[in-house]
Amino acid sequence: MLHTFVAYVEDLPGVLTRVASLFRRLNININSLTVGRSERAGLSRLTLVCEASAEAGHRIQASLFKLENVVDVDDISQAPAVTRELALIKVAATRQSRSQIFELVEVFRADIVDVATESLTIQLTGVESKIEGLIQVLDEGENRILEICRSGKMTMRRGHHTSRVLKAMGAGPDDAVKEAGPAENFEDIAARDPE
Amino acid sequence: MGTNATTQASNAHLTTPTRLTGAEIVWATLVGEGVTDVFGYPGGAILPVYDALRKFPIHHTLVRHEQGAAHMADGYSRASGKVGVAIATSGPGATNLVTGIATAMLDSIPIVCITGNVSSKVLGTDAFQEVDITGITLPVTKHNFLISRTEDIAPALRYAFQIAKSARPGPVLVDITKDAQQGTAIFDFEAAKPRPHRIHPMRKVEDSGLEQAAELIRNSKRPVILAGHGILESGAMEQVLTLAERAQIPVALTLLGLGAFPASHPLNLGMMGMHGEAWVNHAIQEADLLIACGMRFDDRVTGTISTYATKAKKIHIEVDPAEINKNIKVDVPLIGDLREVLESLLPRISGRDGSAWLKTIDGIKGDSAVRDIKNLPDNGHLYAAHVIHDIWRITGGNAIISTDVGQHQMWEAQYYHHEKPRSLITSGGLGTMGFGLPAAIGAKTACPEKEVWVIVGDGGFQMTAAELATIAQEKIKINIAVINNGYLGMVRQWQEFFYERNYEATPMVSPDFVKLADAHGIAGLTVRTRAEVAEAVEQARSAPGTFLLNFKVEKEDSVYPMVSTGSALHEMIRRPGLNSLDDK
Repeated sequence: MLHTFVAYVEDLPGVLTRVASLFRRLNININSLTVGRSERAGLSRLTLVCEASAEAGHRIQASLFKLENVVDVDDISQAPAVTRELALIKVAATRQSRSQIFELVEVFRADIVDVATESLTIQLTGVESKIEGLIQVLDEGENRILEICRSGKMTMRRGHHTSRVLKAMGAGPDDAVKEAGPAENFEDIAARDPE
Repeated sequence: MGTNATTQASNAHLTTPTRLTGAEIVWATLVGEGVTDVFGYPGGAILPVYDALRKFPIHHTLVRHEQGAAHMADGYSRASGKVGVAIATSGPGATNLVTGIATAMLDSIPIVCITGNVSSKVLGTDAFQEVDITGITLPVTKHNFLISRTEDIAPALRYAFQIAKSARPGPVLVDITKDAQQGTAIFDFEAAKPRPHRIHPMRKVEDSGLEQAAELIRNSKRPVILAGHGILESGAMEQVLTLAERAQIPVALTLLGLGAFPASHPLNLGMMGMHGEAWVNHAIQEADLLIACGMRFDDRVTGTISTYATKAKKIHIEVDPAEINKNIKVDVPLIGDLREVLESLLPRISGRDGSAWLKTIDGIKGDSAVRDIKNLPDNGHLYAAHVIHDIWRITGGNAIISTDVGQHQMWEAQYYHHEKPRSLITSGGLGTMGFGLPAAIGAKTACPEKEVWVIVGDGGFQMTAAELATIAQEKIKINIAVINNGYLGMVRQWQEFFYERNYEATPMVSPDFVKLADAHGIAGLTVRTRAEVAEAVEQARSAPGTFLLNFKVEKEDSVYPMVSTGSALHEMIRRPGLNSLDDK
């Protein structure tokens, strides 16, 4: 099954190697890995997606926690969560074919972020299937894809879920950590979600 | 050794922040951590550290190969429970440590390895003797540090000691660039103290779990305690003993658990697993409850997993959450420090009649005693089992035994009955040949008042025999028993059982070990018959210095019983009768 882990790690040289090395040792391929600054100073937040057996989840989470530079790990493979990916797609486009791409971009609620004489760059945010949808449509059209750059998945639990890091650092009662509520609420929220 | 004056000076560093060089900070921090002995080998990138050694009350043992330094630090730790320290230079010095570090990692032994590295300005340029040792040791350390600023040395070293000792112990490497050693910084020992170690958030022992465990123990008819190395690391000997005695539960031990439960105790079954006695493995296979205490269901103790103890519920008391359900699915995991968990569990356990089950196990034992080689009459052959059994008898089971890896290691586990914790020093997880001799030097350094024996094969002995010179230089008194059968015995045994006796690359021509010892100024004796064993052992013990006994044992003896790979734990190859043994 597809596992999604969110981890807070110290922002230091070599930390990513330690995380990646754990998966290498288990012979698990990392499907995507997104890292960036978090709400806590000195801590990076990463979202890691990998394919592994259902039972492997516990061990991976436990092993990630054992790394000295890992502050928190959340396994949100099954949890209601918002997942997004950013893609930049450079497509060959002549003056004649541009308008056709503009239409597609409109439908996919994407943006054109760069226009050149012979190409344009599309920026698209969304779930994986949406990005793949646009790529497929572009592939099937006459406009050759020149480059694709995808960020990999970024994931956040739905609801008023402050990270456990906040709890660990003594978040006050106002920031009370509230785990995600019953699933039906999330479907409502998901329905309002433009994705 | 430093003089008293310098001792006081260095201790003053611990209370008053002082400007020191990085090299001095290394030693001052070690002194502060309570280190009295280190094992190492100097070289260019660690020279500043060596230059500062004379100012500090720390004894340095010069090894003959850095692998020996890591094994000595390891043996030092296993014998004493303290953190062992090894020091090496950059490049080849550092890479030579790796086998020793991996050995400590697989057996969860707390050691700190300090390596010098090239100056920070040339890091990553393939400078002379530069190697990415933090990269290399990443998967075989609990954690490692690359330190390039003098002010970071003390905090990193203190943190390294904390990591090495905490939760499930293990090795930590601190790599310090030469310029960081040469620079100066304010040394403030107190300020360098790491924040309290983070408790693994998946560690949890709930009342409901304890109640479930107690309930399983109350209702079990055929329980067995599986006693592992975690008992020693957690210091839970007394709690395990209380549990066993109160609920009348027999105890099976892992190789690294030997000594955690007294061998002479009526509830002690002996070692389990691939070369465990038949009754021990049968008891586990027949059990309706296994209480695993600080052990990890290693493949050498389970045999084929799908057929392992299928009738038993399993309680797993373990400090490392990553071990839960890794190999064997358990019913009640209690994730925490073993001693603490048992202390919470014990009040829920009351007296229990276990006599029927113990009687059943005794019934299985009878058959094995008849087959036991030590009960066979002297047929003129010298068997390793006899030698080891005699060493046990003569030392009263009170010696620290360091073994190497292979047949002699298994015979040691079978025939030397360990009463006390930390009396067996052996490489279990990694199975590192060459471990025995240097580990014994480490053990003797940690416990100079104890009698220390090395039991080692002719193969493993030659892997690190250079450390005989270390023994000579340090004037250490240990006793060395070489179980010399002219083969790489365990490999030969596998060839005999599984490769149609194709003894490829296992017959081994060795030097005369007594002469080799003599060249180091170490006395020795070759022993060929059973009748000579006792006297030779006594002679070694009473010799003032290290003494080597070269036991020329039966060449093609095998370790029995044996659970071969792919078999269930109760499907063992048993020792053939006496007659077939003579035919060999």
